[in-house]
Amino acid sequence: MNMEAKTTSGGLSVEDPFAAVFAGEDIRGRSLWVDAWHRLLKNRAAVVSGIIMAVMLVLVLFGPMLLPWQADFTDWDHTASPPSLETKHWFGTDAVGRDILVRTLEGGRISLLVGLVATLVSLVIGVSYGAIAGYYGGMTDRVMMRIVDIIYALPFMFFVILLMVVFGRHIVLIFVAIGAVNWLDMARIVRGQTLSLKNTEFVEAARACGVDHNTIIRHHIIPNLLGVVMVYVTLTIPQVILVESFLSFLGLGVQEPMSSWGALVNDGAQDMESAPWTLVFPAAFLTVTLYCFNYIGDGMRDALDPKDHL
Amino acid sequence: MRQEGVMHHAVVRLLGLVPTLLVLITIAFFLIRMAPGGPFDGEKILPAEIRANLDANYHLDEPLVQQYFRYLGQILTGDFGPSFQYKDWTVNELIAQGFPVSATLGGLAMLAAFILGTLIGTVAALRQNSATDYSIMGVAMLGISIPNFVIAPLLILVLAVYAGWLPAGGWDWSWQRMVLPVITLALPVVAYIARLTRGSMIEVLHSNYIRTARAKGLPESLVIRRHAFKPAILPVISYMGPATAALITGSVVIERIYSIPGLGSYFVQGALNRDYTLVMGVVIFYGVVIVVLNFIVDLLYAWLNPRIRYDETQ
Repeated sequence: MNMEAKTTSGGLSVEDPFAAVFAGEDIRGRSLWVDAWHRLLKNRAAVVSGIIMAVMLVLVLFGPMLLPWQADFTDWDHTASPPSLETKHWFGTDAVGRDILVRTLEGGRISLLVGLVATLVSLVIGVSYGAIAGYYGGMTDRVMMRIVDIIYALPFMFFVILLMVVFGRHIVLIFVAIGAVNWLDMARIVRGQTLSLKNTEFVEAARACGVDHNTIIRHHIIPNLLGVVMVYVTLTIPQVILVESFLSFLGLGVQEPMSSWGALVNDGAQDMESAPWTLVFPAAFLTVTLYCFNYIGDGMRDALDPKDHL
Repeated sequence: MRQEGVMHHAVVRLLGLVPTLLVLITIAFFLIRMAPGGPFDGEKILPAEIRANLDANYHLDEPLVQQYFRYLGQILTGDFGPSFQYKDWTVNELIAQGFPVSATLGGLAMLAAFILGTLIGTVAALRQNSATDYSIMGVAMLGISIPNFVIAPLLILVLAVYAGWLPAGGWDWSWQRMVLPVITLALPVVAYIARLTRGSMIEVLHSNYIRTARAKGLPESLVIRRHAFKPAILPVISYMGPATAALITGSVVIERIYSIPGLGSYFVQGALNRDYTLVMGVVIFYGVVIVVLNFIVDLLYAWLNPRIRYDETQ
């Protein structure tokens, strides 16, 4: 067990592995994951981004409960009032007196939720598709990848817009629409990795033992793809959040009374001359989130996959 | 021999575009038809006979498959049909009016992005791991992260509303009105190209032939320009395809914010007003543009990269 863990550390020098055994201690191999984790912790931009995102998540989840305002509460005494401590509207209010801080935090819930769920959808489709194509190879692979090539050349943003127009603007549909068009990169990357994995000894050993294809894919191929997939997931989340904001900005995303950062930026842009704070705060939250996710993704790529071949 | 290989490759690739376009048209057609309601379902309910006449006139009374093939045939002759929202306009006329505007914006943005991006990326690569490098890359990451619909209002607010240097929107083919939209469109692409260039330039600068060129005593600027630049921008060239798609999608938002009468704003208007023929026409038209530009980029890449030989079997 321990020996196995050590071999996966990718030829990193472990100082005299038997010394600990002779001393009767419990030796712990440095797995690939631990190595990657240490490399990630050394990346200052990624660590800072991670902390900011953790704070953001807590704020977005619990902030609205602690604030004195409801997102749909209209404060007629303070419409379009600038940020101030006295009115208790720290980020100001919009033209109909709704508190910008609460709205920004609640919008963040939707934006982050869409980011996570739609990424999950693209993850499931992309990983199974890519793993099947790569594992079976041959004609199956060629046909499946040709299909990906064809879909790849389509202007996917237009299809999302088309989907939203045709089927109405339900939030579940946003998840599905964005996820369903975003799995192509994932499928390609997973397929490439699978191709190189399926000729390794442990897969061959499993096959020799009579393990069936499905089990091999689920138990041996997919767990070994996790590193690459995790990197890609972190880079997909900001893309998806961006697409959702883009749709909401165009008025095709989430609908009132729900709100997302994109929708808030759209609202803010309408009143920006008289009330710039309605634009600036949601825009800042959105940008900071995207910025941090990109840095975390970059850091994870450097940590898990130092060759940078994405 | 090599020339033949490239030609052969070009023809094969060109044929490969046919299924892509067919899939594009098919999905767009059936998606639209799956939508509840039709173009004549207005607030006023039409008398049954008039409705039947209208349907017959637009062939909406035929079976769906027959309509599909009719539409395919119609598109093959380059006719996208009449717009439902803009009365008296055909979709072709709307595209002919909007596309030059969008193409000008996109072309200028692409040009600016290519020049600035490669320049910035090269500077960062030459000063790898210095303060300059880190700040350039930090700004580039910001450029990738800030959505263009956030940048655009901010630019308008600062440069047009507060400073009053440039008009906030509108379109009359003057350069003043082009500046803000082009900057907004180009910014994320500049950032991305800078990152790509930096990465590949660093790799190229570590290669043996660059060391040889330096050992010969060539001045650094000549080493960069004559030996390092071409291989270093290869990844940028292959990014140009996706970049075009990004610019086109970006223009949908940009044209709306700056009230520019380009193809993107027609598309959004059409989508919001359920103008199905217009939406489909624009989707298919842009699909063709993207596919063709990808094809050109592919050929350009082969021309720049002598290591690719299409006469070899894969």
